Amino acid sequence: MSEDLNNNKTIQAQSSETISGGGSGISPDIDYVRPAEIPEQDLYHGHSFITKWVFCQDAKVIGIQYFLLATFTGIIGLILSWLMRLQLGFPGLAGFMTAEHYYQFVTMHGMIMVVYFLTALFLGGFGNYLIPLMVGARDMVFPYLNMVSFWSFFVAVGVLLASFFVPGGPTGAGWTLYPPQTILEGTPGHGMGILLMCISLILFVAGFTMGGLNYLITVLQARTRGMTLMRMPLTVWGIFTATVLAMLAFPALLVGALMMTLDNILGTSFFMPTILKAGEVLEYGGGSPILFQHLFWFFGHPEVYIVALPAFGIISDLISVHSRKNIFGYRMMVWAIVGIGALSFFVWAHHMYVSGMNPWFGFFFATTTLIIAVPTAMKVYNWILTLWRGNIRMNVVMLWCLGFIVTFVNGGITGIFLGNVTVDVPLSDTYFVIAHFHMVMGIAPLMVIMGAVYHWFPLVSGKFLDEKLGKWHFWLTFLGAYSIYFPMHYLGFIGVPRRYFEMYDSPYMTSAVGMNEFISLAAFIVGAAQFILIYNIVKTLKIGKPAGHNPWKANSLEWLTPTVPPEHGNWGERLPVVHRWPYDFSVPGVKEDFVTQTTAPSEIAGSKVEKT
Amino acid sequence: MHAGIIFFLVILGSVLFHIFTPWYWTDVASNWGGMDDTITLTFWVGGGVFVAVCLFMVYCVFKFSYKEDRKAEYKPEDKKLERILTWATTLGVAALLAPGLIIWNQFISVPKNAIEIDVMAWQWGWQYRLPGEDGKLGTTQVTNINDNNPFGINLDDPYGKDDVMIQTDVINLENNRPVKILLRSVDVLHNWYVPQFRAKMDAVPGIVTYYWFEPNKTGEYEVLCAEYCGVGHYAMRGGVLVQDNQDYENWLQEQETFSELMAKQKLLETGETKLAKK
Repeated sequence: MSEDLNNNKTIQAQSSETISGGGSGISPDIDYVRPAEIPEQDLYHGHSFITKWVFCQDAKVIGIQYFLLATFTGIIGLILSWLMRLQLGFPGLAGFMTAEHYYQFVTMHGMIMVVYFLTALFLGGFGNYLIPLMVGARDMVFPYLNMVSFWSFFVAVGVLLASFFVPGGPTGAGWTLYPPQTILEGTPGHGMGILLMCISLILFVAGFTMGGLNYLITVLQARTRGMTLMRMPLTVWGIFTATVLAMLAFPALLVGALMMTLDNILGTSFFMPTILKAGEVLEYGGGSPILFQHLFWFFGHPEVYIVALPAFGIISDLISVHSRKNIFGYRMMVWAIVGIGALSFFVWAHHMYVSGMNPWFGFFFATTTLIIAVPTAMKVYNWILTLWRGNIRMNVVMLWCLGFIVTFVNGGITGIFLGNVTVDVPLSDTYFVIAHFHMVMGIAPLMVIMGAVYHWFPLVSGKFLDEKLGKWHFWLTFLGAYSIYFPMHYLGFIGVPRRYFEMYDSPYMTSAVGMNEFISLAAFIVGAAQFILIYNIVKTLKIGKPAGHNPWKANSLEWLTPTVPPEHGNWGERLPVVHRWPYDFSVPGVKEDFVTQTTAPSEIAGSKVEKT
Repeated sequence: MHAGIIFFLVILGSVLFHIFTPWYWTDVASNWGGMDDTITLTFWVGGGVFVAVCLFMVYCVFKFSYKEDRKAEYKPEDKKLERILTWATTLGVAALLAPGLIIWNQFISVPKNAIEIDVMAWQWGWQYRLPGEDGKLGTTQVTNINDNNPFGINLDDPYGKDDVMIQTDVINLENNRPVKILLRSVDVLHNWYVPQFRAKMDAVPGIVTYYWFEPNKTGEYEVLCAEYCGVGHYAMRGGVLVQDNQDYENWLQEQETFSELMAKQKLLETGETKLAKK
């Protein structure tokens, strides 16, 4: 015992942090962590069913609510994609399918998947559940606002789905909603449909701002003692940075939607030039359609990273835990997340190379776009270097991680094609673009979501999801999705344009009929495979294997709650105290292959890294 | 089966698919072969990175699968390795960007001898206008468009009188002669795209956009609208006929000019009034 103490003293003397931070009132103890600066928050504990499960102020329940509602809309998006593939692979088979329907399905599928599924699920779902737990807070800092955030989202989804039942149906303007066609006859849903879409987006942004403020302030102000920014799990870094992006990017969408609504119902001309329609000159004039595109993509490109950054963060943590190895280059990973986030505001017009904007922009935006590839590539290297010399558990979670790496690298590389302005000219508006963004921001984030579900389900429910069903789910999804989108790039090379209700009467496109049938069949299978997960969840909740405390032997705080699943307030009597980063796996000199964040240096005295 | 084997087969399959694919780009029929070369270069560099990263991953999966008695390495950072990777990536990216920007510069610098062609788009069709003997197109305005003036040419513009009007969706082009496509739309966004020419640009109502190319293979090509423009988008096709000089000149002679059209209209009108007087 006395020998241990002596050891501790020598280490303290070497630690610059203790020396510079050590005032007269501070104990020289190696386990010292600065005292809390603010008192703990008071929480509202619901007692009735309604306050506990419906209008609930517990971030974990709100996270689950977000997750379930986002998944519900996601399933609608999935069904719409089936209908689209039915038309593309087997035209005429679905007798009811008109071009109007097809374009409405395309539009709603895109908007639902990007905004109401992926964004809501990553930030609203994982953000709410994980941020307070991972930073050691009892809840979000504004629980009531957090509840309102979810219910705004709920209303936004309601309005969105209501547009299926109004005269004219939902908007069929494409998810980019480019004016002037969006609000003119000739586009399905140009009246009520687009109006409801804009209202729904405005509600979503408003609700999302409430949630986003919560995430930011919780991360900045409510971290527990010892949880410095550079000790946060990358999941929190990813969600935090994505939320900053969202706070800056969504207002552009908001004003775009508002101005378009004014053009639509009041006859203003923000985006409307002089237009001739069926021989008549309409009462618009002087507006700029390209202005809308700038607003849309000033939101739209950061939006890609609003989805990707949380995915980057989560996958880093999953790979590290299941490789039993620290994430390689943590600081580089953090700066890459922040750097990508900052750069993402300077690349938006790479969606507009052939939009008719001044072509000189091409030089600037191609350069910024390819610069962003560097930090992104570094993240990829660091993921595979984390696997290197690890001790990799080949479980379902790891399979999703590996699937993510393959699909993300594939989609990232095709992004370099499209970002490089010259290469974009022949490929833009073709199926190459569709294949690219589905691979990189559809399938890759989906792999992360699934990995995260299998990883954190034992925390949320206290039970393990079934591994065997999980493997079926993974392989069907991964192989199926890859065989949908990998060949699809080649349709783009041929020159097949996107958003064509029917395409194959062109002489050089007939060769693609077989491929389209194949892609459609694969899409049906992949979609159906997702129901394996729902079955797995239901089965697990009924008869699943109990997981117990920290079943993956992870280090981060969310696994260290006194009860599993964590209850309201998360931490019981006392908040946890953090002594290290969350990646101390396989530390030499420590018997176990993990050292939790709450492990005090004196508990592992003599190991290679007592303090990190 | 070991998961690593399946991942390996996926990578192998991707490479084989690329080598043996029957689906690839059409033969280029314009001067933009440089775009194809940039794509090929990006394929080599990008494809190489994809294969290398994925094979390294597969290797790790085989080599470092979980064993009870093994412990993973503890090495949070490797400054030198990270620096090498950063610079190698930067170099690779720069190597891809440079040719891209060079060709983009060519793309936006239209040669002096290019013929200007007015491509007018609407929901859902195309029509074309060529400059007359003066070599210049007359200015236009959307509000001028009517049955007598299908292109909306400003009547007080002397350059407009001899403009050649092609009121079908097929246009003839002269082989090996650069053309500057001037795009305009009277209603919504459109995009005049011929896959074999590689180039494309949106037509935006309210402004005139442009791009240029030089067709270098005679033949017939299909024009596709490449920017979503409402329910008729998929049916908004047109055509291009690239001809040798002689055939092209013959075709051009047969086309009607704006002044001829106006004269015909006038004749019709006077005929009608005479008829009415009788």
